[in-house]
Amino acid sequence: MSSQRHQIEVTVNGKKLRRHVEPRLLLCDFLRYELRLTGTHVGCAHGVCGACTVSINGGTARSCLTFAVQVDGAAIETVESLAARGPLSVIQQAFYEHHALQCGFCTPGFLMSTRELLARHPDPSEQTIRMALRGHICRCTGYVNIVRAVRAAACKLKEEGTGRDR
Amino acid sequence: MKPSRFEYFSPATATEALEILANYQGAARLLAGGQSLVPLLNFRVIAPAALIDLSRCAGLDEIRRDGNALVLGAMVRQSAAETSEIVRTCCPLITATMPFLGPSTVRNRGTIGGSLAHADRVAELPAVAVALGAKLIAQGPNGRREIAADDFFVGDLTTALTADEMLREVRFPVSSEGERFAFVEATNRHHDLALVGVALKLVLNAGHCEHVAIVVVGIGPKPTRLPAAERCLVGNRLDAAAARKAAALSIEGTEFESEPHMPASYRRHVLPTLVERALLEAVSRGQESQR
Repeated sequence: MSSQRHQIEVTVNGKKLRRHVEPRLLLCDFLRYELRLTGTHVGCAHGVCGACTVSINGGTARSCLTFAVQVDGAAIETVESLAARGPLSVIQQAFYEHHALQCGFCTPGFLMSTRELLARHPDPSEQTIRMALRGHICRCTGYVNIVRAVRAAACKLKEEGTGRDR
Repeated sequence: MKPSRFEYFSPATATEALEILANYQGAARLLAGGQSLVPLLNFRVIAPAALIDLSRCAGLDEIRRDGNALVLGAMVRQSAAETSEIVRTCCPLITATMPFLGPSTVRNRGTIGGSLAHADRVAELPAVAVALGAKLIAQGPNGRREIAADDFFVGDLTTALTADEMLREVRFPVSSEGERFAFVEATNRHHDLALVGVALKLVLNAGHCEHVAIVVVGIGPKPTRLPAAERCLVGNRLDAAAARKAAALSIEGTEFESEPHMPASYRRHVLPTLVERALLEAVSRGQESQR
């Protein structure tokens, strides 16, 4: 049994692409295997750990719970969009400085959700940060340094007056 | 951990979606936000021959007020409902419950109709629909029909929708003056999957309870009302003592099931606590629900 491949047109990190995909191809696997954007990590593949979080049309989504065929016409941003071959973004730098990662497997997801959080809440309380990041599991840090990093990133972005990370 | 093969359809109208659904004679599944369905596909718990994506069907993502009803299309994203001023004004209980549904990453994709039609036994939205007395509008090959929320939820992952029908929209009665509400739940981790949840709507008149619906998830295969507790509240002054009395009655006539991670005794202990908390929160929240 074979299923028909569908043509999709997506904008990934600002670049317009056209590909043919099998319906069952998950967005995370499309990004990793078709586009070689391996920054998006697949942890649990059933929507629990948050490692595969990307942005679809400006809102975070779990790329393991979305099929590539569903995002035809959409704009996708992955963790690679934060620092495309350049210096680290403000949020990334804050994670680095505050030791908000050890193994780094969950980090791409945390970064994407943090970016969404800080775009909505430029000055989030610890409670707001923890609520916003509750869809992400980190087995290394115990979350304390992640919360610190997010606070620091918020302050830095406010200082810079942009209020929004890349 | 990868789904079996399936055909994919992305129809432009609900009518077209229903035609495809009929053609597959029960072997196709409707795809809304995918936040519950795709895990089942990834685990191969289900392996439908086709998925019919409703996200491009015209008119299914509308939020509007129609007379005395707040109408939410089945494909309204949970995050859109959460931030909608119309929803906040017409049905503040929906706005208040949204953060409980999952993290924002899930609510950005998850839909109102998907959560209701999936009918997970611990899902929050079905309890809210029952508490508010919502009407669910099904669309099938022979047109539309209205199903009361009370009748819509049949069991765990089971609704009154027939195999050739889809949920089109939900109509919630616009909240009236004196209406109070609350949603509370017990979870293993803050805002995680509900172990037990309580959706509450009541109408107060000069401190007296005129109407109350207490709807619980997590104690049965579908949202469960608590008639004994409700009866003891109606017609009486709602104060702390009345809330405590109703809470004590909440476990009357209820069979509690044991699960490996949660014995029946825990549910029996936590339910009255939640009912009391919901009642007190609803009373103190007062003004918020008045327009």
